Amino acid sequence: MKRYSAFAVAREAFRQHTGWNKAWGHSEPKSKYDVIVVGAGGHGLATAYYLGKNFGITNVAVLEKGWLGGGNTGRNTTIIRSNYLQDPSAAIYEKSRSLYETMSQDLNYNVMFSPRGVMMLAQTEHEVRGYKRTAHANSLQNVTTEFIGPERVKELCPIMNIDGPRYPVLGALWQARGGTARHDAVAWGYARACSDMGMDIIQQCEVKGVRTEGGRVTGVTTTRGDIKCNKLAMVVAGHASVLAEMAGFQLPIESVALQALVSEPIKPCMDVVVMANTVHGYLSQSDKGEMVIGGGTDGYNNYTQRGSFHHIEETVRALVETFPIVGRLKMLRQWGGIVDVTGDRSPILSKTPVEGVFVNCGWGTGGFKAIPGSGWAMAELVAKGHSPLTDAFSMHRFQRGQFIDESVAAGVAH
Amino acid sequence: MLILHCPYCQRDVDETDLHAGGEAHLKRVGPEADAAAFEQYLFMRRNTKGVHFERWRHVYGCGKWFLAARNTATLQVYGTYSAQTTEPPAHITEAIRAAQESQA
Repeated sequence: MKRYSAFAVAREAFRQHTGWNKAWGHSEPKSKYDVIVVGAGGHGLATAYYLGKNFGITNVAVLEKGWLGGGNTGRNTTIIRSNYLQDPSAAIYEKSRSLYETMSQDLNYNVMFSPRGVMMLAQTEHEVRGYKRTAHANSLQNVTTEFIGPERVKELCPIMNIDGPRYPVLGALWQARGGTARHDAVAWGYARACSDMGMDIIQQCEVKGVRTEGGRVTGVTTTRGDIKCNKLAMVVAGHASVLAEMAGFQLPIESVALQALVSEPIKPCMDVVVMANTVHGYLSQSDKGEMVIGGGTDGYNNYTQRGSFHHIEETVRALVETFPIVGRLKMLRQWGGIVDVTGDRSPILSKTPVEGVFVNCGWGTGGFKAIPGSGWAMAELVAKGHSPLTDAFSMHRFQRGQFIDESVAAGVAH
Repeated sequence: MLILHCPYCQRDVDETDLHAGGEAHLKRVGPEADAAAFEQYLFMRRNTKGVHFERWRHVYGCGKWFLAARNTATLQVYGTYSAQTTEPPAHITEAIRAAQESQA
């Protein structure tokens, strides 16, 4: 792999940019791998990357039914934060946020991580109490957050109307080291690094079945033939239940549509990320100048990557009150993704009833922020059979009643 | 906009008048059941990609629960029926079969 650097840019500038190589290779599947990762999104590629980097396992294939990073990795609002209430969540999300800080250097790929600060608005007395509690929990978890008053909110985000008639801003949970990153670059950077370690990234290769023998995984059936493996990591969003069914077990997951939209690009007007959970809306400005808007999920199961329009309407309606300038903006495009939601709104990183099969799924509406931490933890789980970061996220926690209940802590924009 | 026919009001209703209630035909377990059975009842879901039977409530209307057969991969609605059933009635299974045959 040729390293990217300022020198390389200068060198290529003098020879018509003819010296750049493809960032990652296109491979034909081999007959057998040590580990097959299903899903070449951020989480799947990060899992493969840390399998190689931390555990020296490089005989790995990453299978993708569509194109690399074309699922929820390319469909989110790129928010990164770790201000969760419960200890297991704080541990994995904070690990993830800290890995984002050095990701561009680690991968030699600019992921444009921008720790611009994330605030979650408290617009009801309930939220004020809830976020103060979260701030206290965070200080015990070594996650730096603070509860700030409305004047400070206005100072950080002047375009906000803090005296709205329905939902006045009463304060906010502020994480100064949260922010955003370039979502596609995260997937591309990991893919390039995986390819460099000799791993195969196989796109347009849909898994159609999971082969087992005596309760142990032996391989997968795909649209490009059968591939054998010792271990299988299912790291998909939107189709975790479908894959689990192929392996013969069920997951406590329901798949629903979540939508987002962006406006036309405008001059810089907002250098923080704002989430307003009471009114189901969140807003940030991309480096291109577009206002990036996310909303709530649909209430019913859906696999079509299309959501209901009235959710867009509700989201925008709510944001117009808190951000009056949004009312003057034209919206450029809108899209939907399928998110896998669990009963306690926390993910599943777990062994499964099938020996050698591991799942990493159920990130619901907030998987992007977790990509590096999730990959780090999942790689350890796959390589060693357990990880301190994943122990609490077992798929069997629902039977034991050991929920990691974040549905209260994070509201909708999780 | 998803439009479902309320079998009680006998009219087509927009989804903004409805509240989704998740998978239908779940079997409720009794107090004597073990943890695995409760997990199955409370948390495990088929989450089918394809024909999905689900509960809906006409919340801004008659307020009653009814059931719908809908395809989660195509968003096609096969029909709605009474919530007082333990399995999809004949006219629903027939509608699903007809739709699948016309696609094949």
